[in-house]
Amino acid sequence: MRMGAAFPSMWQPLAPKAQLERRAAILRVIREFFLTRNVLEVDVPVLAEHSVTDLHLDAFSVSIQDETHYLQTSPEFYMKRLLAAGYGDAYYLGKAFRRDEKGRYHRPEFTMLEWYRCGWDDRQLVDEVVALCEALMPSLVVTRCSYGDLFECHAGLNPHVSETERLAERARDTLGVEWQTEPRNTWLDVLFTHLVEPALPQGLVVVCDYPASQAALARTVEANGHSVARRFECFLNGIELANGYWELTDAAEQRRRFDEDNTLRRELKRPEREPDPYLLAALDAGLPECAGVALGVDRLVMGVLGLTHIEGQLSF
Amino acid sequence: MLDGDPCSILENEFVKPGKGQAFNRVRMKNLNTGRVWERTFKSGESLEGADVMDKDMEYLYTDGEFWHFMEPDTFEQYQADAKAVGDNYKWLKEQDKCIVTLYNGSPLSITPPNHVELVITETDPGVKGDTAQGGTKPATLATGAVVKVPLFISEGETVRVDTRTGEYLGRASNK
Repeated sequence: MRMGAAFPSMWQPLAPKAQLERRAAILRVIREFFLTRNVLEVDVPVLAEHSVTDLHLDAFSVSIQDETHYLQTSPEFYMKRLLAAGYGDAYYLGKAFRRDEKGRYHRPEFTMLEWYRCGWDDRQLVDEVVALCEALMPSLVVTRCSYGDLFECHAGLNPHVSETERLAERARDTLGVEWQTEPRNTWLDVLFTHLVEPALPQGLVVVCDYPASQAALARTVEANGHSVARRFECFLNGIELANGYWELTDAAEQRRRFDEDNTLRRELKRPEREPDPYLLAALDAGLPECAGVALGVDRLVMGVLGLTHIEGQLSF
Repeated sequence: MLDGDPCSILENEFVKPGKGQAFNRVRMKNLNTGRVWERTFKSGESLEGADVMDKDMEYLYTDGEFWHFMEPDTFEQYQADAKAVGDNYKWLKEQDKCIVTLYNGSPLSITPPNHVELVITETDPGVKGDTAQGGTKPATLATGAVVKVPLFISEGETVRVDTRTGEYLGRASNK
């Protein structure tokens, strides 16, 4: 009898009802925020024929009548097609899926908020991300800094110009990792997640100007004799919350980056992904100048409610 | 296996920048030295599995230096030293079934049953009639373990204890 006592409760929800009510209130504030700013809510498909080429994003594949489809890792490609079609500012608030991501701050199925602002750059969009967070947390402390300054301060090297081998040595010396040859971004990632992130102050930290090698879909610009990506990330109480770009609109450059991703995928023996031809055609037709950002809603709710585990505000 | 020693994983935290490489920050205990340390791996990296095997065995006796166990099917006997037994000596009752973890054929660690029944050899006199109140007192068991028991329990009684928490569960049944 004593042994079986755990089983009868296994059907029950994860979070108490009061937390689900708070979560619902936060979603209402988000929708209200965009309604007053004239940003249209759009519901785009979660299931599509193509997926991202990103080396470190893995989509779930689903077979539909013997054809492979993918659960989207973000609504980005559909939203950019809406932008190219001239539909204007839009946001998506819904599910996104990423394989093999499970932990205290990760769920393979999660809620994402993504929005685009036409005619804006990353700096203007950062102000809006901050405004949204302040609407939910009025006494929020906001810190702004650059990736380069943070990295130099906590990892002791310039992430833009240091040789890859110097980054590798630093990781081996300070973190005890024993890897030999790794892509530059792996060294940047391990140093950033292990030395910089744990040192971030509480509150909201906006990190801008990422290394050009981590540009993804952001445009790059020349600054101080090297190129930087106009990409930013926000961290809430030390946890990554949002990732935004001053969007790349150059179709040829985008094709080149997709191909580069697939070359890396081949080298690392990961499955290649056919670049989404609809997105490329939309870029050819012309994506308006814009900035876009994706924000993890479950982590935002965690921050607002002061939770330490992502499960604390999920129904199941 | 890490650096030639068998390790058990205590904690495994998944660390991944949204667009970046995934890592696992792992807290491990070296089963030979007992040392605990942290290591970071790229997700998907693999380590050589330690050649350890868990076997159900019966605890026989201790000679003061070693604790002797027997595999009930083969009658093969194994002796575990103090390092392998650790604090678990205080839950070992002769003829109880334990899990013995073997590494290269010799005991590396032992796991006593979750619940054991042991006789109380020393405790303050029982308080009659005080069955409802929540007061407790320390009691020494036959193996030397000290657990908190309710005030109404007396010396010579057999009690059931959870070996994972050291908590009193109740009077032993059928005794």
